[in-house]
Amino acid sequence: MLPEILKENAVAAAMEQADPGMLTGGNNDLNELTLEVVPEKILDALRALKAQKFERLSTVTCVDRYPMEPRYEVVYHLQSVSRNLFVRLKCRVSGEKAEIVSATAVYASANWYEREAWDLFGVVFTGHPNLTRIMMPDFWEGHPLRRDYPVHGFKYSYQNE
Amino acid sequence: MSETLTPNAETEKSGHSRRMTLNMGPQHPSTHGVLRVVLELEGETVLKCTPDIGFLHTGIEKQFESLNWQQGITLTDRVDYLANLSNNLAYSLAVEKLLQVEIPPKAQWLRVLLCELTRINSHLVWLGTHCLDMGAMTVFFLCFREREDILRLFEMFAGQRLMTSYIRVGGLALDPPRGWEKRVRSFMETLPSRVDEYETLLNTNPIWVKRTKGVGLLPVEEMLEMGMTGPCIRAAGLPMDARKMMPYSSYEKFDFNVPTSTDNDVYSRYAVRIAEIRESIKIINQALEGMPEGPVQTSAPKVVLPEREKMKTQMESLIYHFKIVTEGITVPAGEVFQVVESPRGELGYYIVSDGTSKPLRVHMRTPSFGNLQALPNLIEDRMIADSIAIMGSLDFVLGDCDR
Repeated sequence: MLPEILKENAVAAAMEQADPGMLTGGNNDLNELTLEVVPEKILDALRALKAQKFERLSTVTCVDRYPMEPRYEVVYHLQSVSRNLFVRLKCRVSGEKAEIVSATAVYASANWYEREAWDLFGVVFTGHPNLTRIMMPDFWEGHPLRRDYPVHGFKYSYQNE
Repeated sequence: MSETLTPNAETEKSGHSRRMTLNMGPQHPSTHGVLRVVLELEGETVLKCTPDIGFLHTGIEKQFESLNWQQGITLTDRVDYLANLSNNLAYSLAVEKLLQVEIPPKAQWLRVLLCELTRINSHLVWLGTHCLDMGAMTVFFLCFREREDILRLFEMFAGQRLMTSYIRVGGLALDPPRGWEKRVRSFMETLPSRVDEYETLLNTNPIWVKRTKGVGLLPVEEMLEMGMTGPCIRAAGLPMDARKMMPYSSYEKFDFNVPTSTDNDVYSRYAVRIAEIRESIKIINQALEGMPEGPVQTSAPKVVLPEREKMKTQMESLIYHFKIVTEGITVPAGEVFQVVESPRGELGYYIVSDGTSKPLRVHMRTPSFGNLQALPNLIEDRMIADSIAIMGSLDFVLGDCDR
C-alpha cells in the first residue's frame, strides 16, 4: 500500500498502477523519493521504472540493520536523465535466507554492484551471471561489511589481553 | 579478484589460429594503478577482456562505521587521491542535508572554487599520463608543471598537498590565508595560455590524432546501461552533468557551459576534458569576482566547533566544544544520496544515519567503478594497441574504484 503523501507522486502512482501489490510503503523525506518493494517483485519494479524512462541504475548496495530482523536492506538508486529524477528502491531481506533476484536481467550495470554487495554483505543475488568476490581476495572467509564483523577482522585483536 | 580469470586451457588449444591469454597488470604503467586486465588475444585482436579489481580495497566503507561524523572527512580524501575536495564536498553536503544546516555564501563560493581547481588538477594529471601512454612525453612534463602550481595552492590553505580535508561538515576548516586569492588570480591568468600550449602540441600531432580519432566507440545507450558517467558520456553527446542537473553548493549562480561532443571516440574525450578545463577557469574567475563576505562556517553550535576566544570566555561554548570533541556531533536518523560531479563523473554518497554520533552506513557510488565496468564492451573485438588508448581515456583512479 502506498502512503497518502506519495499518492500524488507520478513515479510512485504509475508503479502502483502497474502492480498494486508491488510497493509496501515509502516516503519522500528530504525530498528524496524512497519506495519499499516486495523482494520477490523487484524485477517487476525495475522493469516498471525502466519503462518510465529511468535509463540508468546508479548503484546497488546493502544496509545491515543487525540485530534487527529482517536484517538487510538492498538499496537501488535509479536515475532518469531525460526526466532529471532520482528514485531509491528498497527491499528488506531476512538474515536466515539472504537472497534476492539479480537485477542484471534489466540493467547490465548491476553486475559489478551486486558482486560487490554479495562480497561485502553476503546477500545472494540469484540468477547473477558471475557472483564471485570482487573486492576481497578469493580465499577470504566471511563478509566484512556485516555489522557483526569486527573492524579489525577475526584474525587479529587490538584489545589488551 | 577471481579464480575464474586463470587461462582457459580449452581456448588455448582450439583451432589453428593460436589464441593467447595475456595478463596485463596489476603492475603495468598504462593501467594507472593496480588494475589487472586479462586479455584473450587472437593475433592482435582482443577477443575477451576481463578486468580484475580489488587490489586497492582498503575497507573505507567499513572504517566509516567506526569513526564519528567529523572524523570521516579524513577518509573521504583517501578515496580518490586526485579529487579529494570533490569527495570532501559530497560527504559534507550529504551530512549537512541530514542535519538541515545552511552554509554561508562565502563557504559555498569557496567550495565551488576549490572543486573546480580539483577538476583542473585531475584533468591535467589525466592528460599528462594519457599522453605518456601514447608516446608524447613533453605534455606530461608541461601538465605536471601546472599541477605543481595547483598543489602549492592546496598546500597554502590546507597545509597538505593531497589529503586536504579542508571542506568540513558545516563549512570549511579555516579561512584561506591572506594573499591566497591573489595567487589563484595570477595562476588563472597564466593557465589559459598553457592550455593553448597543450593543444598546439597535440591537436596537429599526427601520431596523437591517428591513435585517438575513431578509437573506442560505444553507443551512448550502452554507456548508460553499463553505468558510465562523466566526460566519457558527455563526449558521446549526452550533456549529463550534476552541476547543471541537480545544482549543489550554489552552482546554479555560475555561468558555465557543459562541453559535449558527438564523436564518441578517445579524441573527443580529450577535447571535452580540455574544454572542461577552460570552463573551470571561467567558474573560478567568477567565484573570485563575486566572492561574498562573511564567515566560512555555519552558526550551528552543535555542529561546528566554537571560536577559541569564545570557548575560553563563555560557558556554553565550552560545553559545546567539550561535547563535539568527546562524543562528536549527532545526526538525525535518515538516509540521503548526494550526487556531485567529480572530475571523473557521478560521485554519489549514500549515507544512512540511525541518530547516533557514528554513521550506520556510508556507501560511495564512485565514477571509476562504473566506468571501468564498461571496459570489456569498449575493447573487445578491437586491436590490442587501441586498448591502451581506450583504457587511458576512461580516466579511472583505482583508489576510487576499490575504495
